[in-house]
Amino acid sequence: MSVGSSLVEHFAQGLDAPICLTWELTYACNLACRHCLSSSGRRDPRELSTDEAKAVIDELERMQVFYVNIGGGEPTIRSDFWELVDYATDHHVGVKFSTNGSRITAEVAARLAASDYVDVQISLDGATAEVNDAVRGPGSYATAIQAMEHLAAAGFRGFKISVVCTRQNMSQLDEFKALAARYDAQLRLTRLRPSGRGADVWDELHPTADQQHELYQWLLANGDTVLTGDSFFHLAGFGEPLPGLNLCGAGRVVCLIDPVGDVYACPFAIHDAFLAGNVRTEGGFAVVWRESELFRTLRGPQSGGACAACSAYDACRGGCMAAKFFTGLPLDGPDPECVKGHGEAALAGVTHGTQPRPSVDHSVPVVLGRRPDRRCDESPLAGVAG
Amino acid sequence: MACAVSTSRSLLDRAWELDPQVSVRPESFGALLYHFGTRRLSFLKDRRLLGVVEQLASSATARDACDLAGIDHDALPRYERALRTLVDTNMLRERAA
Repeated sequence: MSVGSSLVEHFAQGLDAPICLTWELTYACNLACRHCLSSSGRRDPRELSTDEAKAVIDELERMQVFYVNIGGGEPTIRSDFWELVDYATDHHVGVKFSTNGSRITAEVAARLAASDYVDVQISLDGATAEVNDAVRGPGSYATAIQAMEHLAAAGFRGFKISVVCTRQNMSQLDEFKALAARYDAQLRLTRLRPSGRGADVWDELHPTADQQHELYQWLLANGDTVLTGDSFFHLAGFGEPLPGLNLCGAGRVVCLIDPVGDVYACPFAIHDAFLAGNVRTEGGFAVVWRESELFRTLRGPQSGGACAACSAYDACRGGCMAAKFFTGLPLDGPDPECVKGHGEAALAGVTHGTQPRPSVDHSVPVVLGRRPDRRCDESPLAGVAG
Repeated sequence: MACAVSTSRSLLDRAWELDPQVSVRPESFGALLYHFGTRRLSFLKDRRLLGVVEQLASSATARDACDLAGIDHDALPRYERALRTLVDTNMLRERAA
């Protein structure tokens, strides 16, 4: 879908309500993916309660937010997960949730297949177990495939296979597409960001310049059948716009609500610098969305900075804010993966170790030869019924 | 493919309504449309087109809906194209006149 430029300008100035938003329901996760954008692992004791989560859904309904992308952590770990999904769809808020597949049993798949208002996204970062498990952990490929088998057997058509593009899986794009075809699913490709634990592995995992160009050409050829969450707009600098808005929607048409109710500009920007407010404050989410200083600034005119003189600036608009921030680059400078090569030059001037660290980290500590000192360090399910 | 309703007449001379699975959110530039079944998002790029869409269900034809929304005769082809896109993406469905 290509969208007129005047409409994109409207979006850049922000809407009264997000088109959709990402809602990480919990930081608890049974996996420990090396590139986890939210540094998930342990449940946060301040997590929104069931009633608080329902109040957020009520607000989203009033604001006519069509759907939420629910993630985590592993959202299905929450004992009230299905209750919240049902509550959302009963209140005209569609749900698309991301999962590693560990709880998508045959029974769950049948239930999902029966609902028009729930969509499922299975995370998979390699078309082979070897490539996937190196990032997502041993057994995670088999778990995801099992979930897909269950969904396909239940007749759930068009679920999403969600792939973060890495240096290691970029040669597998056609295999991912074939995998999606095999399960009557749709492929979704997104960009690796140096967010959360992703910052620690970005140098090793982010695609090379040559791979980026190959990806761009692959997306031009296959873009109509593949979803991207608008995540590769920095590649528009190569020349042709890719399908989608080609716009950073952070704080303008999208945002993130994290498990404790903090509202950030986007899912890749869990840092105080991008914190707009909390849904628990007076006025709730609507007031944060409409009145936060941060969001007002993002909706105002943006300076192209060092990029303004570049011929590609109108196409890429300087790239991804979060990618710049967590690699230590100025927000009005080039994207670290700038297709004109300006990012590499800028990165060379960043002193190692000075990059901003995520403000929030729920990673399970690596403890060798010692018993975990809290139950929730041992299992994210500890203390969580069901 | 068999079709219950004749397609030989112009789109403008037939009766339409929003698919019941579609939600409409008015915006300053027009409106956002979301189809919960296909999970597709569409944009109405001007308020007058939203006016046409809002009149469809109570109008005998799309042409009547355009008249009620104050669309000039000269602009009809443009609105017909916009409605065609909405039909092709299942945002609108035909109903008995």
